[in-house]
Amino acid sequence: MNTDIDSLLTSLADQTRTYLDSIGEKSPLIVGIRTGGIWVAEYLHRSLNLSNTIGILDISFYRDDFSRLGLNPQVRPSQLPLDITDQNIILVDDILHTGRTVRAAMNELFDYGRPASVSLAVLIDRGGRELPISAQMVGDVGELPTHQHVKLTGPEPLALEIITTD
Amino acid sequence: MMQHFLTTESLSLDQLTTILNTADSFYKVDGRHVKKVPLLRGKTIVNLFFEASTRTRTTFELAAKRLSADVLNINVSASATVKGESLLDTLRNIEAMDVDMFIIRHQDSGAAEFISQHVAPGISVINAGDGRHAHPTQAMLDMFTIRRIKQNFSGLKVAIVGDLAHSRVARSQIHALRTLGTKDIRVIAPKTLLPSHVETLGVRAFQNMEEGLSDADIVIMLRLQKERMQGALLPSEHEYFNLFGLTPERLSLAAKDATVMHPGPINRGVEISSEVADGAQSVILEQVSNGIAVRMAIMSLLAGGES
Repeated sequence: MNTDIDSLLTSLADQTRTYLDSIGEKSPLIVGIRTGGIWVAEYLHRSLNLSNTIGILDISFYRDDFSRLGLNPQVRPSQLPLDITDQNIILVDDILHTGRTVRAAMNELFDYGRPASVSLAVLIDRGGRELPISAQMVGDVGELPTHQHVKLTGPEPLALEIITTD
Repeated sequence: MMQHFLTTESLSLDQLTTILNTADSFYKVDGRHVKKVPLLRGKTIVNLFFEASTRTRTTFELAAKRLSADVLNINVSASATVKGESLLDTLRNIEAMDVDMFIIRHQDSGAAEFISQHVAPGISVINAGDGRHAHPTQAMLDMFTIRRIKQNFSGLKVAIVGDLAHSRVARSQIHALRTLGTKDIRVIAPKTLLPSHVETLGVRAFQNMEEGLSDADIVIMLRLQKERMQGALLPSEHEYFNLFGLTPERLSLAAKDATVMHPGPINRGVEISSEVADGAQSVILEQVSNGIAVRMAIMSLLAGGES
């Protein structure tokens, strides 16, 4: 798996640009999922030269493990335009794993309106999906065993590391 | 985080701050297209009120609904106890309907704690006001309101004015303010409405509005319960207003940017003049809206996690 952050970001931005050209969208709403997703979203927002503001999602209120784990005490407000109806949204996260975070994020998005489309951009797809979700724009794909995790650290500098747990 | 929410007295700075931070996130939900989050979907919350209340009950109900819970409102004074059913029997009957949380309002101090000791494991109890003892969710929404305006608590001068002797709100506010770092807390009331040894709570007592209000950043007015007039504690509403009512002139003794608060319902012309209550420095209606976010925060912090 490629963990060179610069080449992953460049590739992700290129794919996003190509995708946006194909649908004829010049000012999509870039939405990052807290925390790592925001850093990647900010990079995309810069390299696509967008002038609108970036959206931030904190999915703590939408997690499917709330009754098991309780509320994340670090929850912070989401920041999205009050109505996202008819917008083309690029949802951004750092690592795509089970797909549960993305499901929660989509549920939250729809409480802000009915977007024209939502596509997913991730730095790394590490496999291990538990839901029918896939990303349109991906930095790199690899199948990691369950005891290994990819972690994005940042925001300055951004770096990827693979952590092995017992 | 915790199983029940009964008083602000035993809570740590960390716990109070977590509640306020969580409420910040829920506050944003209020402005959205869909004002609901799915956190408590499938849970049943019972508003069990033994004492009349409109504001508190409706904001609890709205908070629960915005968390996607199902809500049951039970006004006990109007039903079971009239027929002679005991408190515990009432409780057992509602528990048998497989509920997850009780919100309790009761005229007796200690009622919510008593109920929390007798509910089935896994059920949470929130105190929505018990006798003269505590009203912790009101205190937390007041703390939330103060933090949104003044950012932090240390260095604040807070004056609490009115019927301190019978006020569960004031007690809960004082405990919360102290834990959050406010050192200058004054209570202002006629002698008959000041609890004895009130200083042991860490406040200074005044029997004179002009002295107590001086330079205050926050002025919290308490509701004067009209039934107190009959107990010979006060001469008349008119005289009370003359001595302890908040008028524009008196408010001018406080800090220039002082904020006026009141837990409601207000008695215009008794503890506060209409000019002040409806004036630019008053945040009385914001307190009501903030109550929804704060109650959402407390309910969801209690409900999550395996117990």
